[in-house]
Amino acid sequence: MANKKNEALKQPLWVNNPVVVQILGICSALAVTSQMKPAIVMGLSVTVIVAMSNVIISLLRNTIPNRIRIIVQLVVVAALVTIVSEILKAFAYDVSVQLSVYIGLIITNCILMGRLEAFAMQNGPWESLLDGIGNGLGYAAILIVVAFVRELFGSGKLLGYQVIPQWCYDHGYLNNGFMIMAPMALILVGCVIWIHRSKNKDLQEK
Amino acid sequence: MATKKFKCKVCGYVHEGKQAPEQCPLCNAPKSEFEEIVEKKGLDTSSNVYTIVYAAVMVIVVAFLLVFVSQTLKSRQDANVVNDTKKQILSALNIRNQSDVSGIYDSTVKADMLMKADGSLVAYDGEFNTSYNSEFKSGNLHVFTAEVDGQTKYVIPMNGQGLWGAIWGYIALNEDRNTVYGIYFSHASETPGLGAEIKESVKFQESFQGKKVVENGQAALKVVKSGKADKNSPYQVDGVTGATMTSNGVDAMINKVLSSYLPFLNR
Repeated sequence: MANKKNEALKQPLWVNNPVVVQILGICSALAVTSQMKPAIVMGLSVTVIVAMSNVIISLLRNTIPNRIRIIVQLVVVAALVTIVSEILKAFAYDVSVQLSVYIGLIITNCILMGRLEAFAMQNGPWESLLDGIGNGLGYAAILIVVAFVRELFGSGKLLGYQVIPQWCYDHGYLNNGFMIMAPMALILVGCVIWIHRSKNKDLQEK
Repeated sequence: MATKKFKCKVCGYVHEGKQAPEQCPLCNAPKSEFEEIVEKKGLDTSSNVYTIVYAAVMVIVVAFLLVFVSQTLKSRQDANVVNDTKKQILSALNIRNQSDVSGIYDSTVKADMLMKADGSLVAYDGEFNTSYNSEFKSGNLHVFTAEVDGQTKYVIPMNGQGLWGAIWGYIALNEDRNTVYGIYFSHASETPGLGAEIKESVKFQESFQGKKVVENGQAALKVVKSGKADKNSPYQVDGVTGATMTSNGVDAMINKVLSSYLPFLNR
Protein backbone atom coordinates (compact mmCIF):
# COMPACT_ATOMS: atom_id res chain seq x y z
CA MET A 1 0.00 0.00 0.00
CA ALA A 2 2.82 2.36 0.88
CA ASN A 3 4.28 1.52 -2.48
CA LYS A 4 1.09 2.48 -4.27
CA LYS A 5 1.04 5.84 -2.54
CA ASN A 6 4.62 6.47 -3.53
CA GLU A 7 3.74 5.58 -7.09
CA ALA A 8 0.80 8.00 -7.08
CA LEU A 9 3.22 10.80 -6.27
CA LYS A 10 6.19 9.78 -8.40
CA GLN A 11 4.66 8.29 -11.53
CA PRO A 12 3.26 11.55 -12.92
CA LEU A 13 6.58 13.35 -12.51
CA TRP A 14 8.17 11.51 -15.39
CA VAL A 15 6.96 8.01 -16.37
CA ASN A 16 3.29 8.99 -16.52
CA ASN A 17 3.65 12.76 -16.93
CA PRO A 18 0.29 14.47 -17.51
CA VAL A 19 1.58 16.66 -20.34
CA VAL A 20 3.94 14.46 -22.32
CA VAL A 21 2.31 11.05 -21.72
CA GLN A 22 -1.33 11.66 -20.94
CA ILE A 23 -1.32 14.71 -23.29
CA LEU A 24 -3.47 16.75 -20.89
CA GLY A 25 -3.24 20.48 -20.31
CA ILE A 26 -1.54 21.23 -23.62
CA CYS A 27 -3.59 24.37 -24.28
CA SER A 28 -2.43 26.15 -21.14
CA ALA A 29 1.10 24.81 -21.66
CA LEU A 30 1.14 26.80 -24.90
CA ALA A 31 -0.51 29.90 -23.48
CA VAL A 32 1.55 30.68 -20.40
CA THR A 33 5.06 29.55 -21.28
CA SER A 34 6.42 32.60 -23.08
CA GLN A 35 8.06 33.61 -19.78
CA MET A 36 9.24 31.67 -16.74
CA LYS A 37 7.30 33.63 -14.13
CA PRO A 38 3.75 33.00 -15.37
CA ALA A 39 4.70 29.37 -16.03
CA ILE A 40 5.80 28.87 -12.43
CA VAL A 41 2.75 30.66 -11.06
CA MET A 42 0.43 28.62 -13.27
CA GLY A 43 2.19 25.35 -12.39
CA LEU A 44 1.88 25.98 -8.66
CA SER A 45 -1.75 27.10 -8.84
CA VAL A 46 -2.72 24.03 -10.84
CA THR A 47 -0.88 21.83 -8.32
CA VAL A 48 -2.81 23.34 -5.41
CA ILE A 49 -6.17 23.17 -7.17
CA VAL A 50 -5.72 19.60 -8.50
CA ALA A 51 -4.68 18.37 -5.07
CA MET A 52 -7.60 20.05 -3.30
CA SER A 53 -10.27 19.06 -5.82
CA ASN A 54 -8.91 15.50 -5.94
CA VAL A 55 -9.37 15.22 -2.17
CA ILE A 56 -12.90 16.66 -2.24
CA ILE A 57 -14.05 14.44 -5.10
CA SER A 58 -12.40 11.43 -3.49
CA LEU A 59 -14.33 12.06 -0.26
CA LEU A 60 -17.59 12.40 -2.18
CA ARG A 61 -16.89 9.62 -4.67
CA ASN A 62 -19.33 7.07 -3.21
CA THR A 63 -22.23 9.51 -3.12
CA ILE A 64 -21.88 11.07 -6.57
CA PRO A 65 -24.64 9.96 -8.96
CA ASN A 66 -22.95 8.35 -11.92
CA ARG A 67 -24.93 10.18 -14.56
CA ILE A 68 -24.02 13.69 -13.42
CA ARG A 69 -20.51 13.00 -12.12
CA ILE A 70 -18.78 15.24 -14.67
CA ILE A 71 -21.04 18.14 -13.71
CA VAL A 72 -20.38 17.52 -10.02
CA GLN A 73 -16.63 17.52 -10.68
CA LEU A 74 -16.89 20.72 -12.68
CA VAL A 75 -18.92 22.46 -9.97
CA VAL A 76 -16.42 21.43 -7.29
CA VAL A 77 -13.48 22.68 -9.34
CA ALA A 78 -15.15 25.94 -10.35
CA ALA A 79 -16.32 26.68 -6.80
CA LEU A 80 -12.88 25.90 -5.41
CA VAL A 81 -11.09 28.10 -7.93
CA THR A 82 -13.53 30.96 -7.33
CA ILE A 83 -13.15 30.75 -3.56
CA VAL A 84 -9.36 30.60 -3.75
CA SER A 85 -9.30 33.60 -6.07
CA GLU A 86 -11.64 35.56 -3.76
CA ILE A 87 -9.42 34.80 -0.78
CA LEU A 88 -6.33 35.86 -2.72
CA LYS A 89 -8.08 39.07 -3.75
CA ALA A 90 -8.69 39.88 -0.10
CA PHE A 91 -5.39 38.84 1.43
CA ALA A 92 -2.82 38.79 -1.37
CA TYR A 93 -4.02 41.30 -3.93
CA ASP A 94 -0.78 41.42 -5.93
CA VAL A 95 -0.79 37.64 -6.39
CA SER A 96 -4.42 37.71 -7.49
CA VAL A 97 -3.68 40.37 -10.10
CA GLN A 98 -0.90 38.13 -11.41
CA LEU A 99 -3.25 35.15 -11.50
CA SER A 100 -6.35 36.82 -12.88
CA VAL A 101 -5.62 35.74 -16.45
CA TYR A 102 -5.08 32.13 -15.44
CA ILE A 103 -8.15 31.57 -13.27
CA GLY A 104 -10.22 30.68 -16.31
CA LEU A 105 -7.44 28.52 -17.68
CA ILE A 106 -7.25 26.57 -14.41
CA ILE A 107 -10.97 25.73 -14.41
CA THR A 108 -10.84 24.42 -17.96
CA ASN A 109 -7.50 22.66 -17.56
CA CYS A 110 -7.93 19.10 -18.78
CA ILE A 111 -5.56 17.79 -16.11
CA LEU A 112 -8.13 18.55 -13.43
CA MET A 113 -10.99 16.72 -15.09
CA GLY A 114 -8.66 13.96 -16.24
CA ARG A 115 -7.31 13.24 -12.77
CA LEU A 116 -10.70 13.57 -11.06
CA GLU A 117 -12.31 11.16 -13.49
CA ALA A 118 -9.42 8.71 -13.77
CA PHE A 119 -8.07 8.70 -10.23
CA ALA A 120 -10.08 10.45 -7.53
CA MET A 121 -13.33 8.68 -8.44
CA GLN A 122 -11.70 5.32 -7.61
CA ASN A 123 -9.23 6.05 -4.83
CA GLY A 124 -9.14 7.26 -1.25
CA PRO A 125 -8.44 10.87 -0.25
CA TRP A 126 -4.81 10.40 0.76
CA GLU A 127 -3.77 8.72 -2.50
CA SER A 128 -5.79 11.31 -4.40
CA LEU A 129 -3.96 14.12 -2.64
CA LEU A 130 -0.61 12.62 -3.61
CA ASP A 131 -1.80 11.97 -7.14
CA GLY A 132 -2.92 15.61 -7.42
CA ILE A 133 0.38 16.96 -6.14
CA GLY A 134 2.33 14.60 -8.39
CA ASN A 135 0.39 15.53 -11.51
CA GLY A 136 0.49 19.23 -10.72
CA LEU A 137 4.25 19.14 -10.26
CA GLY A 138 4.70 17.02 -13.38
CA TYR A 139 2.73 19.63 -15.30
CA ALA A 140 4.71 22.47 -13.70
CA ALA A 141 8.01 20.77 -14.60
CA ILE A 142 7.17 20.61 -18.31
CA LEU A 143 5.88 24.20 -18.25
CA ILE A 144 9.10 25.45 -16.67
CA VAL A 145 11.31 23.57 -19.15
CA VAL A 146 9.39 24.96 -22.11
CA ALA A 147 9.26 28.47 -20.62
CA PHE A 148 13.00 28.36 -19.90
CA VAL A 149 13.82 27.75 -23.56
CA ARG A 150 11.22 30.22 -24.86
CA GLU A 151 12.21 33.07 -22.57
CA LEU A 152 15.94 32.50 -23.04
CA PHE A 153 15.87 32.47 -26.83
CA GLY A 154 12.76 34.62 -27.30
CA SER A 155 13.69 37.58 -25.13
CA GLY A 156 17.21 36.80 -23.92
CA LYS A 157 15.95 36.88 -20.34
CA LEU A 158 15.24 34.47 -17.50
CA LEU A 159 12.60 35.35 -14.91
CA GLY A 160 12.72 38.88 -16.32
CA TYR A 161 16.47 39.35 -15.88
CA GLN A 162 18.64 39.89 -18.93
CA VAL A 163 21.01 36.90 -19.28
CA ILE A 164 22.26 37.25 -22.83
CA PRO A 165 24.80 40.07 -22.56
CA GLN A 166 24.56 43.24 -24.62
CA TRP A 167 27.76 42.53 -26.60
CA CYS A 168 26.05 39.53 -28.22
CA TYR A 169 23.42 41.90 -29.60
CA ASP A 170 26.15 44.34 -30.64
CA HIS A 171 27.74 41.53 -32.67
CA GLY A 172 24.55 40.79 -34.56
CA TYR A 173 22.73 38.33 -32.28
CA LEU A 174 18.95 38.66 -32.48
CA ASN A 175 16.17 37.39 -30.25
CA ASN A 176 14.13 34.73 -31.97
CA GLY A 177 10.67 36.27 -32.18
CA PHE A 178 9.15 32.94 -33.20
CA MET A 179 9.99 31.59 -29.74
CA ILE A 180 7.39 33.92 -28.19
CA MET A 181 4.64 32.62 -30.46
CA ALA A 182 2.40 29.71 -29.43
CA PRO A 183 3.40 27.39 -32.33
CA MET A 184 6.96 27.29 -31.00
CA ALA A 185 5.64 26.09 -27.65
CA LEU A 186 3.92 23.22 -29.44
CA ILE A 187 7.17 22.33 -31.21
CA LEU A 188 9.06 22.45 -27.91
CA VAL A 189 6.48 20.24 -26.19
CA GLY A 190 6.92 17.89 -29.16
CA CYS A 191 10.69 17.87 -28.58
CA VAL A 192 10.18 17.07 -24.89
CA ILE A 193 7.85 14.19 -25.84
CA TRP A 194 10.49 12.98 -28.31
CA ILE A 195 13.20 12.91 -25.63
CA HIS A 196 10.78 11.31 -23.20
CA ARG A 197 9.84 8.53 -25.63
CA SER A 198 13.47 7.79 -26.47
CA LYS A 199 14.14 7.27 -22.74
CA ASN A 200 10.99 5.21 -22.19
CA LYS A 201 11.00 2.65 -24.96
CA ASP A 202 7.91 0.83 -23.71
CA LEU A 203 5.78 3.91 -24.51
CA GLN A 204 6.82 3.97 -28.14
CA GLU A 205 4.06 3.08 -30.54
CA LYS A 206 4.94 0.34 -32.94
CA MET B 1 -42.50 -10.52 3.05
CA ALA B 2 -39.88 -10.07 0.50
CA THR B 3 -38.69 -13.12 -1.31
CA LYS B 4 -35.08 -14.03 -1.01
CA LYS B 5 -32.90 -15.20 -3.83
CA PHE B 6 -30.78 -18.32 -3.64
CA LYS B 7 -28.17 -19.29 -6.16
CA CYS B 8 -26.94 -22.80 -6.84
CA LYS B 9 -23.18 -22.82 -6.58
CA VAL B 10 -22.91 -25.77 -8.96
CA CYS B 11 -24.91 -24.65 -11.99
CA GLY B 12 -25.84 -21.06 -11.24
CA TYR B 13 -29.61 -21.64 -11.08
CA VAL B 14 -31.37 -18.88 -9.15
CA HIS B 15 -34.30 -19.85 -6.94
CA GLU B 16 -36.68 -17.27 -5.51
CA GLY B 17 -38.54 -18.00 -2.32
CA LYS B 18 -38.40 -17.88 1.46
CA GLN B 19 -35.68 -20.45 1.63
CA ALA B 20 -33.44 -22.54 -0.55
CA PRO B 21 -35.06 -25.53 -2.32
CA GLU B 22 -34.27 -29.07 -1.11
CA GLN B 23 -32.76 -29.95 -4.43
CA CYS B 24 -31.64 -28.02 -7.47
CA PRO B 25 -34.13 -28.61 -10.34
CA LEU B 26 -31.35 -28.44 -12.93
CA CYS B 27 -28.40 -30.29 -11.52
CA ASN B 28 -29.91 -32.02 -8.48
CA ALA B 29 -27.40 -30.45 -6.14
CA PRO B 30 -28.44 -30.61 -2.47
CA LYS B 31 -29.74 -27.66 -0.43
CA SER B 32 -26.30 -27.08 1.10
CA GLU B 33 -24.97 -26.02 -2.31
CA PHE B 34 -27.31 -23.03 -2.41
CA GLU B 35 -26.29 -19.68 -1.05
CA GLU B 36 -28.33 -16.58 -0.51
CA ILE B 37 -27.74 -13.61 -2.82
CA VAL B 38 -27.55 -10.60 -0.54
CA GLU B 39 -28.32 -7.40 -2.36
CA LYS B 40 -26.47 -4.40 -1.11
CA LYS B 41 -28.64 -2.07 0.87
CA GLY B 42 -28.12 1.67 0.78
CA LEU B 43 -28.99 4.54 -1.50
CA ASP B 44 -29.49 3.78 -5.12
CA THR B 45 -27.13 6.43 -6.50
CA SER B 46 -28.37 6.07 -10.07
CA SER B 47 -32.06 6.73 -9.39
CA ASN B 48 -33.63 9.86 -10.85
CA VAL B 49 -34.82 11.20 -7.52
CA TYR B 50 -31.42 10.82 -5.92
CA THR B 51 -29.71 12.50 -8.88
CA ILE B 52 -32.07 15.47 -8.85
CA VAL B 53 -31.89 15.91 -5.08
CA TYR B 54 -28.13 15.58 -5.16
CA ALA B 55 -27.81 18.23 -7.88
CA ALA B 56 -30.18 20.59 -6.06
CA VAL B 57 -28.42 20.23 -2.72
CA MET B 58 -25.04 20.65 -4.35
CA VAL B 59 -26.08 23.83 -6.13
CA ILE B 60 -27.58 25.34 -2.97
CA VAL B 61 -24.56 24.46 -0.82
CA VAL B 62 -22.12 25.85 -3.37
CA ALA B 63 -24.20 28.98 -3.89
CA PHE B 64 -24.33 29.70 -0.16
CA LEU B 65 -20.63 29.03 0.15
CA LEU B 66 -19.80 31.45 -2.64
CA VAL B 67 -22.12 34.15 -1.33
CA PHE B 68 -20.70 33.75 2.16
CA VAL B 69 -17.10 33.99 0.97
CA SER B 70 -17.81 36.92 -1.29
CA GLN B 71 -19.75 38.84 1.38
CA THR B 72 -17.25 38.32 4.18
CA LEU B 73 -14.30 39.30 2.03
CA LYS B 74 -15.91 42.14 0.11
CA SER B 75 -14.78 45.03 2.29
CA ARG B 76 -11.18 43.83 2.29
CA GLN B 77 -11.24 43.33 -1.46
CA ASP B 78 -12.69 46.78 -2.08
CA ALA B 79 -10.00 48.31 0.10
CA ASN B 80 -7.39 46.45 -1.93
CA VAL B 81 -8.84 47.71 -5.21
CA VAL B 82 -8.85 51.30 -3.96
CA ASN B 83 -5.29 50.89 -2.78
CA ASP B 84 -4.25 49.43 -6.12
CA THR B 85 -5.88 52.30 -8.03
CA LYS B 86 -3.98 54.81 -5.91
CA LYS B 87 -0.80 52.86 -6.55
CA GLN B 88 -1.38 53.14 -10.30
CA ILE B 89 -1.98 56.89 -10.08
CA LEU B 90 1.26 57.25 -8.11
CA SER B 91 3.08 55.16 -10.74
CA ALA B 92 2.02 57.69 -13.37
CA LEU B 93 3.68 60.33 -11.16
CA ASN B 94 6.88 58.21 -11.25
CA ILE B 95 6.41 57.15 -7.64
CA ARG B 96 6.71 53.38 -7.91
CA ASN B 97 7.03 50.41 -5.56
CA GLN B 98 6.04 52.18 -2.39
CA SER B 99 4.74 50.22 0.58
CA ASP B 100 2.75 53.00 2.26
CA VAL B 101 0.57 53.76 -0.78
CA SER B 102 -2.28 55.38 1.09
CA GLY B 103 -0.09 57.79 3.05
CA ILE B 104 1.97 58.90 0.06
CA TYR B 105 -1.17 59.25 -2.05
CA ASP B 106 -2.76 61.55 0.53
CA SER B 107 0.32 63.75 0.73
CA THR B 108 0.91 63.85 -3.05
CA VAL B 109 -2.48 63.96 -4.74
CA LYS B 110 -4.22 67.11 -3.63
CA ALA B 111 -7.63 66.87 -5.26
CA ASP B 112 -9.92 64.72 -7.38
CA MET B 113 -11.55 67.15 -9.81
CA LEU B 114 -14.02 67.01 -12.70
CA MET B 115 -13.57 68.87 -15.98
CA LYS B 116 -16.45 71.07 -17.05
CA ALA B 117 -17.33 71.66 -20.71
CA ASP B 118 -15.33 74.92 -20.80
CA GLY B 119 -12.24 73.16 -19.49
CA SER B 120 -12.33 74.51 -15.96
CA LEU B 121 -12.11 72.17 -13.00
CA VAL B 122 -14.61 71.71 -10.21
CA ALA B 123 -14.08 69.64 -7.10
CA TYR B 124 -15.50 66.12 -7.25
CA ASP B 125 -17.27 65.30 -4.01
CA GLY B 126 -18.29 61.67 -4.60
CA GLU B 127 -16.52 58.59 -3.36
CA PHE B 128 -13.12 57.60 -4.70
CA ASN B 129 -13.64 55.78 -7.98
CA THR B 130 -11.93 52.64 -9.15
CA SER B 131 -13.54 52.33 -12.57
CA TYR B 132 -12.77 55.36 -14.69
CA ASN B 133 -14.16 53.67 -17.76
CA SER B 134 -17.76 53.98 -16.53
CA GLU B 135 -17.03 57.48 -15.23
CA PHE B 136 -15.68 58.45 -18.66
CA LYS B 137 -18.77 57.05 -20.37
CA SER B 138 -21.16 58.88 -18.05
CA GLY B 139 -19.36 62.14 -18.80
CA ASN B 140 -17.46 62.55 -15.55
CA LEU B 141 -14.03 63.52 -16.78
CA HIS B 142 -11.72 63.19 -13.79
CA VAL B 143 -8.51 65.16 -13.36
CA PHE B 144 -6.32 64.62 -10.31
CA THR B 145 -4.19 67.54 -9.25
CA ALA B 146 -1.00 66.51 -7.54
CA GLU B 147 2.06 68.18 -6.17
CA VAL B 148 5.49 66.67 -6.71
CA ASP B 149 8.58 68.58 -5.49
CA GLY B 150 6.52 71.76 -5.21
CA GLN B 151 5.27 71.61 -8.79
CA THR B 152 1.68 71.05 -9.85
CA LYS B 153 0.97 67.95 -11.95
CA TYR B 154 -2.28 66.81 -13.53
CA VAL B 155 -3.16 63.12 -13.76
CA ILE B 156 -5.76 61.98 -16.29
CA PRO B 157 -7.18 58.44 -16.24
CA MET B 158 -7.36 56.59 -19.58
CA ASN B 159 -9.31 53.56 -20.77
CA GLY B 160 -9.26 51.57 -23.98
CA GLN B 161 -9.12 48.23 -25.70
CA GLY B 162 -6.01 46.14 -26.21
CA LEU B 163 -5.74 42.96 -28.24
CA TRP B 164 -7.50 40.60 -25.84
CA GLY B 165 -9.29 42.84 -23.38
CA ALA B 166 -9.40 46.12 -21.56
CA ILE B 167 -6.32 48.27 -21.13
CA TRP B 168 -6.12 51.36 -18.97
CA GLY B 169 -3.63 53.79 -17.59
CA TYR B 170 -2.92 57.21 -16.13
CA ILE B 171 -1.04 60.04 -17.78
CA ALA B 172 0.59 62.76 -15.68
CA LEU B 173 1.14 66.17 -17.26
CA ASN B 174 3.25 69.11 -16.14
CA GLU B 175 1.69 72.44 -15.20
CA ASP B 176 1.81 73.57 -18.86
CA ARG B 177 -0.84 70.88 -19.54
CA ASN B 178 1.17 69.71 -22.51
CA THR B 179 4.39 67.98 -21.42
CA VAL B 180 4.17 64.38 -20.21
CA TYR B 181 5.60 64.01 -16.72
CA GLY B 182 4.96 60.29 -16.41
CA ILE B 183 2.63 57.57 -17.60
CA TYR B 184 1.37 54.24 -16.38
CA PHE B 185 -0.42 51.44 -18.25
CA SER B 186 -2.06 48.27 -17.11
CA HIS B 187 -4.13 45.61 -18.81
CA ALA B 188 -6.58 42.80 -18.16
CA SER B 189 -5.29 40.01 -20.38
CA GLU B 190 -2.59 41.01 -22.86
CA THR B 191 -0.02 38.39 -23.96
CA PRO B 192 2.81 37.91 -21.44
CA GLY B 193 6.11 38.97 -22.99
CA LEU B 194 4.44 40.94 -25.76
CA GLY B 195 1.38 43.12 -25.11
CA ALA B 196 1.80 42.77 -21.35
CA GLU B 197 5.04 44.76 -21.68
CA ILE B 198 2.98 47.97 -21.66
CA LYS B 199 2.60 47.31 -17.94
CA GLU B 200 5.81 45.42 -17.16
CA SER B 201 8.27 47.55 -19.10
CA VAL B 202 9.11 50.67 -17.12
CA LYS B 203 11.38 51.57 -20.04
CA PHE B 204 8.39 51.76 -22.38
CA GLN B 205 6.50 53.97 -19.94
CA GLU B 206 9.53 56.19 -19.42
CA SER B 207 9.85 56.71 -23.17
CA PHE B 208 6.77 58.97 -22.92
CA GLN B 209 8.43 61.37 -20.52
CA GLY B 210 8.98 64.84 -21.95
CA LYS B 211 6.73 64.22 -24.96
CA LYS B 212 4.04 66.75 -25.85
CA VAL B 213 0.38 65.83 -26.06
CA VAL B 214 -1.21 68.73 -27.96
CA GLU B 215 -0.22 70.37 -31.26
CA ASN B 216 -2.22 73.26 -32.73
CA GLY B 217 -5.10 72.55 -30.40
CA GLN B 218 -5.40 68.88 -31.38
CA ALA B 219 -4.36 65.70 -29.59
CA ALA B 220 -1.00 64.81 -31.13
CA LEU B 221 0.76 62.21 -28.97
CA LYS B 222 1.07 59.01 -31.01
CA VAL B 223 2.36 55.48 -30.42
CA VAL B 224 3.79 54.22 -33.71
CA LYS B 225 5.07 50.81 -34.82
CA SER B 226 8.21 49.85 -32.95
CA GLY B 227 11.31 51.42 -34.47
CA LYS B 228 9.35 53.82 -36.68
CA ALA B 229 9.19 56.75 -34.26
CA ASP B 230 10.84 59.92 -35.46
CA LYS B 231 13.43 60.63 -32.77
CA ASN B 232 13.20 64.37 -33.31
CA SER B 233 9.43 64.51 -33.02
CA PRO B 234 8.14 65.40 -29.57
CA TYR B 235 4.85 63.68 -30.41
CA GLN B 236 5.93 60.13 -31.31
CA VAL B 237 6.74 57.15 -29.12
CA ASP B 238 7.89 53.69 -30.21
CA GLY B 239 5.37 50.89 -29.64
CA VAL B 240 6.22 47.58 -28.00
CA THR B 241 8.17 45.21 -30.26
CA GLY B 242 6.02 42.34 -31.51
CA ALA B 243 2.87 43.77 -29.96
CA THR B 244 1.53 45.96 -32.72
CA MET B 245 -2.12 45.34 -31.87
CA THR B 246 -1.69 46.27 -28.22
CA SER B 247 0.40 49.29 -29.18
CA ASN B 248 -2.35 50.38 -31.56
CA GLY B 249 -4.81 50.00 -28.69
CA VAL B 250 -2.62 52.22 -26.51
CA ASP B 251 -2.44 54.76 -29.32
CA ALA B 252 -6.21 54.78 -29.82
CA MET B 253 -6.78 55.05 -26.06
CA ILE B 254 -4.43 58.04 -25.70
CA ASN B 255 -5.99 59.75 -28.68
CA LYS B 256 -9.57 59.18 -27.50
CA VAL B 257 -8.88 60.43 -23.99
CA LEU B 258 -6.79 63.44 -24.99
CA SER B 259 -9.45 64.49 -27.52
CA SER B 260 -12.09 64.44 -24.79
CA TYR B 261 -9.89 66.53 -22.49
CA LEU B 262 -8.99 69.16 -25.13
CA PRO B 263 -10.93 72.00 -23.41
CA PHE B 264 -8.84 71.44 -20.30
CA LEU B 265 -5.57 70.92 -22.15
CA ASN B 266 -6.00 74.02 -24.33
CA ARG B 267 -7.15 76.30 -21.55
